[in-house]
Amino acid sequence: MSTAIRIENLGKKYTITRQRQSGSGYVSLRDVLSDGTKRMVQKILHPRGERGGERASGTQEFWALKDINLEVEQGDKLAIIGHNGAGKSTLLKVLSRITEPTTGRITLHGRIASLLEVGTGFHPELTGRENIFLNGSILGMSQREIKRKFDEIVDFSGVETFLDTPVKRYSSGMRMRLGFAVAANLESEILVIDEVLAVGDAAFQKKCLGKMDDVSRSEGKTILFVSHSMGIIQQLCNKAVVLDSGQISYTGAVSDAVNVYLQQKDASYHLHAMEPYISFLGLNGFLSSPEGIRFSVGFKSEIDLDECFLDLAISDMSYNKFYYYIDEKKQLSARSIKAGVFYFDVFIDHLNLNSGFYAAALNFVSKAGVILFRADSIGFPEIFTPHNFIHPSALLACPCNVVCRSGTENVSEKKEI
Amino acid sequence: MNIESREKTVIEAGQGSHRYWQDLWAFRELFFFLTWRDILVRYKQTVFGILWSVLRPLLTMLVFTFVFGKVANLPADGGVAYPVMVFAALMPWQMFANALQESSNSLIGNEALISKVYFPRMILPISSIITSAVDFLISFALFLVMMLIYGVSFHWQILLLPLFVGMALLTAIGTGLIISALNVSFRDFRYIIPFLVQFGLYVSPVGFSSAVIPEQWRLLYSLNPMVGVIDGFRWCLLGEHVVFYWPGFLASIAVMVLCLVVGVRVFRTMERGFADKI
Repeated sequence: MSTAIRIENLGKKYTITRQRQSGSGYVSLRDVLSDGTKRMVQKILHPRGERGGERASGTQEFWALKDINLEVEQGDKLAIIGHNGAGKSTLLKVLSRITEPTTGRITLHGRIASLLEVGTGFHPELTGRENIFLNGSILGMSQREIKRKFDEIVDFSGVETFLDTPVKRYSSGMRMRLGFAVAANLESEILVIDEVLAVGDAAFQKKCLGKMDDVSRSEGKTILFVSHSMGIIQQLCNKAVVLDSGQISYTGAVSDAVNVYLQQKDASYHLHAMEPYISFLGLNGFLSSPEGIRFSVGFKSEIDLDECFLDLAISDMSYNKFYYYIDEKKQLSARSIKAGVFYFDVFIDHLNLNSGFYAAALNFVSKAGVILFRADSIGFPEIFTPHNFIHPSALLACPCNVVCRSGTENVSEKKEI
Repeated sequence: MNIESREKTVIEAGQGSHRYWQDLWAFRELFFFLTWRDILVRYKQTVFGILWSVLRPLLTMLVFTFVFGKVANLPADGGVAYPVMVFAALMPWQMFANALQESSNSLIGNEALISKVYFPRMILPISSIITSAVDFLISFALFLVMMLIYGVSFHWQILLLPLFVGMALLTAIGTGLIISALNVSFRDFRYIIPFLVQFGLYVSPVGFSSAVIPEQWRLLYSLNPMVGVIDGFRWCLLGEHVVFYWPGFLASIAVMVLCLVVGVRVFRTMERGFADKI
């Protein structure tokens, strides 16, 4: 195996200019000129003035990526995971040469094609046929290559009936299928894909994953894949990197990376100074499905809250299907809560889920309907079911109990997973 | 597959691309596809379609002939029919004006491409300019018909016409590169362009012959590169009726080269920030 991508000390800095109150979204030349004049006048008036201070008030430095060191072998299917704003997309943008790094260097061996968006450059007025050629050449295919692969592309997209219809009349699903069909036939050694499978129906998603798996296996293609869908990542990738605020916090096996990601506490969720504490009760690594699940979520509130609700959903890792949803008013309503630490204990007696990975999402909602706290991706231990259910969604009706208690007791008793 | 057979790319801070011009060449197919797209899209879902590129110069010619020829009573070059003289100038002017407008907006118009795909950005403003050359060919065909109707004879100089077409396009590329790059950071420029184009139409010798400019000002006047282009066009098409003004031509060439050099420089410097700023 040889190295396909080597990243050394990569960093990308953005300078954020604070937006003027009166300003529209754009920087106008007038602003720049007036700022420049102001600065010049100040320089003349205070030749030894605190220039640093003034600068700090106007702009702010922000490292979207910092000290990234990574080596990707040829044929690897590497997942890049992390919360929103962790730097995943910036990394892909730097890799695909859309934007320049601030520090460090990247060495790529082989042609790189990046798919940061499906159907980039599709022109709505052009027909499907014309757009295949346009999109293909935008993604770096030569005309000859597109001609040779044309039938395959059309076949994969399944839109042959509408080839001569302007793309603006396509449904969004058709547009996406066409876009992916072009990208799937790219002849590059390295393929970079950013969260493009989030849309599209399940059948097509499966087809795309199959195709990607195929090309990486048979052609030794290296794939870098960004997704929030842990299911897809576990299915497709053989290695993973977890990014956290622009830095790599984990490199290695996919399953471990998924755990690291799911346990990362996201600072942006700390609303109203509440500290989430999540733990599972009475579980030994994995869970046999009809047994049920119990978990508790802890909060710390600085203020008294009255009439809050806990809203709970259980979904598979790709957020495709939600298996559980509890009506906030009937079941999980909490009474007034005093400032301090308190817990919600959730008991679900019969968790009729099929084998696999699941996660819970919690919303803690105030009386007025404001979401006070939100926790996504609370990973469950792997669920093992001897006999899979045909209609797992039927479990919507299964009973669930929530107890709200305050105080600091029992924390040590619980096992964190 | 071993490493040797694979293409090696190094991305480093502050390097831009070492092989910018090779890259530009490597992406030539994209250049053609973008041009092809612009041409295809231009008249989709319009009733008159390609006829628009005939109608616009024709109507402008009628108005200019009336205003400058009849109302202001300006003389035509060496006794050529006034409409022919106006049209000979309108062709390069409209080509230049369209090219400038298209290229100035080409970057912000293709925002999605810039933020999602890598290619040498210079492809965008340059490819958008080609569309105006196609429009030019159509109006040129119309001009040939006009020459026959007005009985203007053809001269050998017509063979030199491509030189002046190239000059107009290069001027448009030079200015277009500067303005399109600045347009990414400062959206003010989208207001400047329509004004510039309208202003230029009257400042350049489109509706009148540059021979009406007093001799002592003529060289200064030729610093507007379009003066050289328009004079060149008239000389090529109207032959012996026009006297070729060498100093003016050289001045226009000099300004054009300056525009190009500055344009490429400005563009290359600002290009790095496009994806982050747009």
